[in-house]
Amino acid sequence: MSIKNYRDATFDAMKEEMIRDGSVYAIAEDINGNGGTHGRYSGLGEAIGDPGRVIDAPISEAAIVGSAVGAAMSGLRPIVDLRFSNCIPCAMDEIVNQAAKSRYMFGGQAKVPMVIRAPDGILKMQGAHHTDCLEAWFTHVPGLQVVVPSTPAEGKGLLKTAIRNDNPVLFFEHKKLMSMTGEVPDEEYLIPFGKARIAREGSDLTVVVYGIMASRALEAAEQLAQEGISAEVIDLRTLSPWDKETVLTSVRKTGRVVVAHEAVRQSGFGAEISATIAEEAFDALKSPVVRIGAPFVPIPMAPNLEDLCRVLPENIYEGARAAMKR
Amino acid sequence: MLFTREELLTHYETMVKIRKFDLEAKRAREANEILGNVHVYVGEEAIATGVCANLERRDSIESTHRGHGHTIAKGADINAMMAELYGKATGCCHGKGGSQHIADFSVGMLGANGIVGGGYGPAVGAALAARILKTGAISVVFFGDGAANRGTFHEAANMAAAYRLPVIFVCENNTWACATPSEVGHTQSVTEISRRAVGYDMESYIVNGNDFFAVYDGMRKLVKRARSGEGNCCGILECQTWRPLGHVIGDTQPYRDPREAWARFCADDCIANYERRCIAEGWLESKDFEEIQQKVDRMIQEAKRFAVESPYPDPSELTTDLYD
Repeated sequence: MSIKNYRDATFDAMKEEMIRDGSVYAIAEDINGNGGTHGRYSGLGEAIGDPGRVIDAPISEAAIVGSAVGAAMSGLRPIVDLRFSNCIPCAMDEIVNQAAKSRYMFGGQAKVPMVIRAPDGILKMQGAHHTDCLEAWFTHVPGLQVVVPSTPAEGKGLLKTAIRNDNPVLFFEHKKLMSMTGEVPDEEYLIPFGKARIAREGSDLTVVVYGIMASRALEAAEQLAQEGISAEVIDLRTLSPWDKETVLTSVRKTGRVVVAHEAVRQSGFGAEISATIAEEAFDALKSPVVRIGAPFVPIPMAPNLEDLCRVLPENIYEGARAAMKR
Repeated sequence: MLFTREELLTHYETMVKIRKFDLEAKRAREANEILGNVHVYVGEEAIATGVCANLERRDSIESTHRGHGHTIAKGADINAMMAELYGKATGCCHGKGGSQHIADFSVGMLGANGIVGGGYGPAVGAALAARILKTGAISVVFFGDGAANRGTFHEAANMAAAYRLPVIFVCENNTWACATPSEVGHTQSVTEISRRAVGYDMESYIVNGNDFFAVYDGMRKLVKRARSGEGNCCGILECQTWRPLGHVIGDTQPYRDPREAWARFCADDCIANYERRCIAEGWLESKDFEEIQQKVDRMIQEAKRFAVESPYPDPSELTTDLYD
């Protein structure tokens, strides 16, 4: 094990995969100028010994993703970085109509192995155009896969899988992750999609989360433990496909559930989780599912208003207390 | 002479095959034997044929809504194409694409596209793949005058030129964007799409899209440059033509007089133009054309029979081909 931050762990993932497979390339705006957003591509071309596969893009999100679709259908494996999740809508046709559907629509003639990395989430006072968590949009599109890593080690293993996998993958990374450090295995490993991680075992309550929310849920669980409440924390890792069996098994054990994400609560992925629990484990529930998410507003810039949109350990803690009371 | 007799017969057969395939598709759609959107290529056959006659199998094309002609010209099997129009399991996309999303990757036809202007980006990517994988292939994207107004045109043209990729943008300028005429001051500020080439420092040609030989020659020059891979080797080939039928089968054309539109086509039909030229030059005779017409008639009837007799996909196919 080594202690690494998220940026370095995912850099290693790209480096290893690009050395392993000469068909992998990375493309983004500013990727060579300043290493791309958060500098996470700095030195990548040299590290793989092939700077030609780390490509500076014009400010043309539709062409970046559109060309990646064509390249993927022609034998390459693009890693696209869209800088902020809010830049995704500039390439929505390319993702939803072209990347997602080409394989199916053309009867399996096409494969579209590509990864779109998109930093998201509230950092500090960046306002509405640099902050949205849009993962739920893409879980509604057949043909796409959606990954939301939670730690440096998770980020590395999931990114390697995303690069090797033959499907188009949306890879949402909370900006707070970039500086997060953690233990990362030294040996090679891949993390399969559709298999949740039980981040903490518990018996009284199930907390279902993904991405940055996993570490916040673990903090809340620690606090709950001090009060004698045993919370099980499930980190979904991937939302499409998502591991409903692990969630349902836990719910049947605990009977109480909190679902939390930083995306706005309305029509967030928590709604899918809650509905599935209601459909398939209703009899096991001792209290209604508590669903936590941001209020239904664009993220405001003013720090006091922005704080009202955060989903923090105390929100999860309070949600858990509410679930336990009933 | 630029072409051998065999080549002249081949190109003629391709154009006639496109024409007859699409007239049969039109008949079948009007008879409700095929449902859904069918956009036929009638009248524009010289473009796909003249362009693809310059391409090799390894080269790729990105198509439009109106993709049957491109697919045939690139060498696809018309039995599988006709079956695809019928949504049959034996279709080239196993019945999951249909007319509007027809594709045959085995011949480098990377797909028709239901999104106007959706093919530019993928065409740039195909050229990037050719460079990185060193296949020597070039990439072609067909688009209409209406699609030229998508922002994706600019993004892809700039990217292809900036990256020095071998991409040829072939504009089928038929002066109609669905039901809207492409007129200066209406939906376009400039109707000659190829004039935009200056902004990307690309080579470009305007050719008569109803003249196979003109299309072929313009494309030949652009392909030579693209194949060389030297400098900015992109190009725009603007083929000026005319859409004789409605945008889609079933379009009653309230925006123009359908008889006038058809008459204009009859006076400048690319296939008739080809026949006249070949006869005037002494390259081919009338009976050569008749033999090919009859041969293609038989091929189309066989394609129709194949499509009609083929089964629909098994219900278990609903969820296949979605993920790896």
